[in-house]
Amino acid sequence: MAERFPSSEPVSGDSRQGDYRHSRVVGASVPRREDPRLLAGRGRFVDDIALPGMLHAQFVRSSEAFAEIVSVDLSEVRAVPGVVAAYAAADLDLRDITALLDRPAHEFVPTAMPVLARDTVRYVGEPIAIVVATDPYAAEDGVEAAVVEYAPREPVVSDLGALAEGAPLVHPEAPRNTLVDVSLFATEGIDALFEAAHTVVEVHTKTGRQNALPLETRGVVADWDDRDEQLRVQTCTQVPHQVRTVLAACVGLAEKQVRVTVPDMGGGFGQKCVVGREEIVAAAAALRLRRPVKWIEDRRDALTAAFLAREQRYAVRAAFSETGEILALDADVVCDMGAYSCYPFTAGIEPLMASAEMPSVYTVPAYRVRGRAVTTNKAPTAPYRGVSRPQYVMVMERVMEKAARALGLDPLEVRRRNLITVFPYTGVNAITYDPGSYRESLDLCEQTLRDEGWFDRRSDGVIGIGFACFSERTGYGSGAFAQRRMQVVPGFDLSEIRMDLDGTVSVTTGTLSHGQSHETTMAQIVADRLGIPYDRVKIVQGDTDRITYGWGSFASRSITIGGSAVAAASVKLGDQLREIAAHLLGGDPAAAVLEDGGVRLEDGRLSFPEIADVAYLRSHLLPKGVGPGLAATASFDVAGDGTFSNATHGVVVELDPGTGGVEILRYVCVEDCGVAIHPQVVEGQARGGIAQGIAGALFEVVRYDDAGQPLAPSFMEYKVPTAAEIPDVRIEHLETPCAFTENGAKGAGEGGTIGAPAAVLNAINDALRHTGVELDDTPIPREAIFRALEAS
Amino acid sequence: MKPAAFEYHRARTPAGAVGLLTELGDDAKIIAGGQSLVAMMNFRLARPEHLVDITHVDSLRGIAVSEGEIRIGALTTHREVEKAGLGVLSAAMRWVGHLPIRTRGTVGGSIAHADATAEWCLLAVLFDARIVVEGPSGVREIRASEFFLGPFTTALGPDELITALVFPSPPPRAALTEYADRRGDFALVAAAVDLDADRVVLGGVGAVPTLVSGKWCSGTTYRARAAAAAGSLELRDEPGISAHYRRGLVRTLVERAYEEAANG
Amino acid sequence: MIQLVELSVNGERHDLAIEPRRTLVDVLRHDLRLTGTHVGCEHGICGACTVLVDGQPARACLLFAAQVEGADIRTVESLSEGGALNDLQQCFSEHHGLQCGFCTPGMLMLAEGYLADEPDATKEEIREVVASNLCRCTGYQTIVEAIDDCASRRRAALQDRLDRSAS
Repeated sequence: MAERFPSSEPVSGDSRQGDYRHSRVVGASVPRREDPRLLAGRGRFVDDIALPGMLHAQFVRSSEAFAEIVSVDLSEVRAVPGVVAAYAAADLDLRDITALLDRPAHEFVPTAMPVLARDTVRYVGEPIAIVVATDPYAAEDGVEAAVVEYAPREPVVSDLGALAEGAPLVHPEAPRNTLVDVSLFATEGIDALFEAAHTVVEVHTKTGRQNALPLETRGVVADWDDRDEQLRVQTCTQVPHQVRTVLAACVGLAEKQVRVTVPDMGGGFGQKCVVGREEIVAAAAALRLRRPVKWIEDRRDALTAAFLAREQRYAVRAAFSETGEILALDADVVCDMGAYSCYPFTAGIEPLMASAEMPSVYTVPAYRVRGRAVTTNKAPTAPYRGVSRPQYVMVMERVMEKAARALGLDPLEVRRRNLITVFPYTGVNAITYDPGSYRESLDLCEQTLRDEGWFDRRSDGVIGIGFACFSERTGYGSGAFAQRRMQVVPGFDLSEIRMDLDGTVSVTTGTLSHGQSHETTMAQIVADRLGIPYDRVKIVQGDTDRITYGWGSFASRSITIGGSAVAAASVKLGDQLREIAAHLLGGDPAAAVLEDGGVRLEDGRLSFPEIADVAYLRSHLLPKGVGPGLAATASFDVAGDGTFSNATHGVVVELDPGTGGVEILRYVCVEDCGVAIHPQVVEGQARGGIAQGIAGALFEVVRYDDAGQPLAPSFMEYKVPTAAEIPDVRIEHLETPCAFTENGAKGAGEGGTIGAPAAVLNAINDALRHTGVELDDTPIPREAIFRALEAS
Repeated sequence: MKPAAFEYHRARTPAGAVGLLTELGDDAKIIAGGQSLVAMMNFRLARPEHLVDITHVDSLRGIAVSEGEIRIGALTTHREVEKAGLGVLSAAMRWVGHLPIRTRGTVGGSIAHADATAEWCLLAVLFDARIVVEGPSGVREIRASEFFLGPFTTALGPDELITALVFPSPPPRAALTEYADRRGDFALVAAAVDLDADRVVLGGVGAVPTLVSGKWCSGTTYRARAAAAAGSLELRDEPGISAHYRRGLVRTLVERAYEEAANG
Repeated sequence: MIQLVELSVNGERHDLAIEPRRTLVDVLRHDLRLTGTHVGCEHGICGACTVLVDGQPARACLLFAAQVEGADIRTVESLSEGGALNDLQQCFSEHHGLQCGFCTPGMLMLAEGYLADEPDATKEEIREVVASNLCRCTGYQTIVEAIDDCASRRRAALQDRLDRSAS
């Protein structure tokens, strides 16, 4: 397959690349290095791993939403053929997981998440005991034999129920079931602005609980290695170092006694960027048994007991002038975070994001927000692609639409009057937005749909057009995360680079790909910095032994921060190469040029293998002060508030008055993520994100009944959209390079998901315009559309 | 999601399958395509102690078209029917799950499973198909109108096996249509219409496929017939779908099925 | 309750002594170590486990291995014998029809089975068949495009062969 990966000039089938990128690999949609193995069925996902003597685990889980555990009897379990061991909390004695914010008690209540439930279960599916058997079938037989006696309590099954006077307390330490309660900004005089305003519009919306739903469920293979004195943990996580830290603490090992590696990963989307419980228990069982233990989450558990997201309620008022300028924004956000605070982000993940960033792409002069996280007897939550932004963008885009209606103005014109157009812009939320193409993307998106003739086809009750303008903060450095006041502050990334004797390079990144193509895109970055083909670069990721420290991949940080660290390390290595070559050839290192796998100086050229030969095998020839070997380390952090990608989405929907059905006829995305390292990958991220956003707007929701039983335990009920529901997406690129990332790149991982719900909702409401009905909750019930059209 | 243990038995003839059912008793279950059964077994919602596999009973496969009737062997797959050019029977197969379900799922299995929204159940009732079953005392035929007794409950005896379905040939001008939020899902409402007989069968409005013909005069508009069909139903509000909405879907789908049947 | 089962997978015969409750996908992955076929839901909806059974795409999670004795089973590992990707796999790569790669083997086998049956399929028909399986990364567009492109290339190649044999 080597011939598919050119070893000399970069390949580009992409005509969009600008002149400045000539003869560079960055900007070219080169073949992905991940593809051959994944296409051949030769990837290695966690469930593909088999170790000699490996055992298989499943969990006894709570059947109750909220109960005291009276007793756990595993004696029958241990008698099931094939079962090797069964452990409840008392058998393993693992330390709890507690995620913390550095916030005062009135803003944040810390709660502990036991690794196995001890005295109390707080959601259906909560793990109570682990059963380890010779095969997964026997493990399930064992689970069935467990006898758990509960003393049920009245569950808390909704956000309003949680906040109600006299509601049962999910955690006794959290009054009113409130884990996070922040009131921010509160611009002076904001109430007067509302009183004096020409028009005030309100948005009340509730968004459905969703599952990020990586197609590969969570899983782990753990085994103790006596030679390395290490617990080896192979798991599909977005945050291996976080898993190591928590796991080591829970089981009582030193960090160096735990090695977490990440095999190929079948998606994550945030669900795998928190530390889960089951992988820790499985590892503890492996440690206890001194045998490899595998746990693969099955789909029922993945749908009911994994980390969920997105269930939020907004009550928002916005004041407008007669001419459509927004004057003030007042928001109350309640996020139903389920039973526990996730590590490391805490239950603050959604309300803090929404509160800080809600003004979105608009010049909002006055702002007040209250953001709350409430705890309920539902599966806990984790970040999910976009984190609150799909919701608050939906709210802001509904605000713009409602204001336009109230004022009799064109909704796109109202947006234009409020979009940030002068950069850098420091908002009322104290965030500084770096340059973007907010206005340009809206103009191009509208023009594209006009040129395609969609505006002529708009018709009441049938075809509607909707837009969403948004930006997405990417590349959260440690400064930006520190604003959130997590006790664990992610942000920087480290990279170590090494050139071997034959001139090939290996480079570490603290990020890790789970579908985002980093083996290709990071290699492109290195290739350009060193003047070598990208297939000469090996990316090392997802291994706590081989990577000094890394925060993993989430929050669209990988290319912006990880890629910048990789670039910086490459530059340092390049400096070494130039210095050695200049010494050997005689000349000025500053005049040395890295190209075509070597260093060129006026008086000659040395190939990288020739330089490496000196660096390693004949180091006596090195210049004074230059040590042996070819290696460098660099770190990168984003100073300031990060960099904002932006986009406008335009959607055309067709409603079926006979059924309330919705078909998306056209989807246009005009996006700007700065310099695209690999345009095809950027488009893939956008399209995949849009599909997930459409899913949230129209299809997916996890509901619970009054007893706290989850109502979507299979794909029959949890309706992931298919190729029949997801439209083709036309993507247009704008490019506003980021000034402070090494590559000019901004993050591109989440944008699609953020814009889609708002655009779809606006399109449906556009088609319903004549009915007077406005639908603001997601997923949009078809019955509501049916009724609106029927009444008209 | 691994099934509970069971013993596997393979039948080679219908009589052999019946013999196994008789011998093994209530804890035995027939498996054909398994497209519903295995999913339920993986959830451990079904846990037969014995599975009698009839997929190797070759005499149950195939479609025979003769004067006046289409005989479809119980093991014939949805996909085979889809490609057989049997008018509405073939056309309706596009509503059955997705391709990889249709390649394994069988006509007999679908009838035996008796989901009230399943396409085969609707078609069988629409044409009052004869369901041919074999049991310890030989072969008998049950009219579809007498076959479906309740949710997932049929007139099939515990030791009986469906061997074939017999439909009228050529198939009349008829159509089946459905609505679900997502393609390939079980329908919220499904409607099948036989234009020539002016019969309408609905799925999703009761425990069994529901025949609602004879409540209007032929000659009225399709819309009027659809409204009459919808009006004739007793429906209740259910979580996520009101009676009103379901009735509206019936009205829409019946009219559309009439139109599709008329326009071929 | 161990049963002897003889399976033919990718043209190779395997004799297995297994519990009859073992699904085909588990036998392929764990008994035969053909881990290219993936498990996504174990109730027949996601399609990650799609393989060919006698040429037809089928959900390997909804089949017991014991049921498919005597059938010709083909998995993703059969597509790139000798290490070279076949034309469909190459089209997936060129169109970026995969990101994390987890659904990919199922999509490939679905497409292989379908195109063998319906070589003249239109893009819309391909889209409807792709709707059989779930992908969480791509939004499906590039998968449909990859399969459609492959179908076009196969038709062109066939036409080319016909033209040459005619001349």
